Amino acid sequence: MGKIIDPLPMYTMWLRQMIRFFRMKARLVSSLVMPFLFLAFLGIPLSILPSSAMPGIPEGMNFLDYLAPGILGMTLLFSSMMAGASVLWDKEFGFLKEVLVTPVNRLSIMLGRSLGGMTTSIIQGFMIIGISVLMGVNISSVSGLLLSIVFMVLICATFIGFGLILATQLGEMEGFMSIINMIQMPIFFASPAFLPMEMMPHWLKSIICLNPFTYGIDGLRGSLVGYSTFPLIHDFVILLVTSIVLMLVGAYCFEKMEAN
Amino acid sequence: MNIKEGEIFGLLGPNGAGKTTTMNMLCTILNPTSGYAKIGGYDVFKEREEVRRSIGIVFQDPCIDNFLTGRENLAFHAAMYHMKKREREDRISEVLDLLDLKGKENVKIDDCPAGVQRRFEVARGFMNHPKVLFLDEPTIGLDIVARRKLWEYIRKLNDSEGMTIILTTHYIEEADYLCDRVAVIDNGRIKVIDTPDNLKNSIGEDVISLEIENGRGKEFLNVLTGLDWIEKVEAYNNSFELSVSGGDERVPELVNLADKNGFTISSIDSHKPTLEDTFIHYVGKTIRESEGSMKEERKARRARRRGRR
Repeated sequence: MGKIIDPLPMYTMWLRQMIRFFRMKARLVSSLVMPFLFLAFLGIPLSILPSSAMPGIPEGMNFLDYLAPGILGMTLLFSSMMAGASVLWDKEFGFLKEVLVTPVNRLSIMLGRSLGGMTTSIIQGFMIIGISVLMGVNISSVSGLLLSIVFMVLICATFIGFGLILATQLGEMEGFMSIINMIQMPIFFASPAFLPMEMMPHWLKSIICLNPFTYGIDGLRGSLVGYSTFPLIHDFVILLVTSIVLMLVGAYCFEKMEAN
Repeated sequence: MNIKEGEIFGLLGPNGAGKTTTMNMLCTILNPTSGYAKIGGYDVFKEREEVRRSIGIVFQDPCIDNFLTGRENLAFHAAMYHMKKREREDRISEVLDLLDLKGKENVKIDDCPAGVQRRFEVARGFMNHPKVLFLDEPTIGLDIVARRKLWEYIRKLNDSEGMTIILTTHYIEEADYLCDRVAVIDNGRIKVIDTPDNLKNSIGEDVISLEIENGRGKEFLNVLTGLDWIEKVEAYNNSFELSVSGGDERVPELVNLADKNGFTISSIDSHKPTLEDTFIHYVGKTIRESEGSMKEERKARRARRRGRR
């Protein structure tokens, strides 16, 4: 057996993702449209309300500031799920088959792809941050911005793992596409990405607390605009554990998957 | 079954015969349910890594990345085999030269014509200096010009790199033109293995096909028995396929014979046996039994043969 981690093929897989990402400009632009709409047509109008009108938003905080990290998280959620499932795209188009007959082990193939997906998601994330800043969101500090990268990485790892597991279990592109929204949207709405937990009914609160995405959003919000419900270390630990578990399960599913 | 080093070996069979399945097992994608195979001394099941290192594959379905250029695809593939940058660049230009792809390597695969796309797939398949190159239906979906070109390139690869090539095909001309040896397979079983020439000769020196009018084929069969120059008779209702010695001269002889006995021959034609005749000979019966439209097919074949002249 060869090495467990194979750097050159991993780098190559990563590079391929990057080239594809920058070559498909239309897809890049369209992935930025929805976050932009949320910020422009919900964030800006709702920020007229005084913060006292919304329980859970701290005194003196603008709703747009509150929303921006949530929308950033949403973008990462969607693009990571897709990145995880893009293993499946390759399967559909045969490319994966040709990769699987090379002497590179599957873990390296999966890690290379995941790193590629993570990088492209984070680039999209930074574009959202850029758009937010142009709309007037106040980023609290440079160190906060750097800290947010940690949370972006963890959110990506979590949902790439999740997307990969789903994709390997469903086996085909049509199946995945038809249920992806049914899974993504509840993850998004059952979190404080959009509205504070304090505004939600009691039964929903417990679901929100079980949703790992909640801690990603909280961490992003804490690092970018300086307000979080939980301590950041708490967010960090929960996400770190979830992402490791999901990536391991994802790797296992990928290892067991039939190439045909 | 043994495949020799340096030969072009063809797996010929109808759709669903098990060609691709065989190939997938040899390429370590599918696990065999029974039996074993070795490539260059490595067991395809137990020593996958070593096998993968020594083979190259071109799958039936396109597996090349359409969003990348030809060069990027080749470089990608080489890196998966741990080729260093210098080595990679040298090999890429070598491969591009060999397949006449120079000047096309920086075009996105999506924008290349099908023949060129296929050539890039073949190019990618032997980037890693494989000992054995597998080609699964290499020319499927190509027009006749692109197909002939690709055949030339496959020959050239075999000559210049000395690699063993195993290809599956359901195009008889392809097997005839390219392969040193051919295995005819049907329903997952090998019917026969030999060189295309031996296969052709195995069904007789010449083949005469004829058809009798008025549905009296059965009676005509009696007339044919006892003629020493007829080596083999295959009868399908009123159509006959005779393996004969003596070739064209036997045609008037047969016509006279039929006349004398009061039969009318509606069509007759003599030709050197083709690989197609052999193929029909070895797998035809099962196709016939399952589909029952053999006569139609034979008619079509005869029409085609006439058209060729």
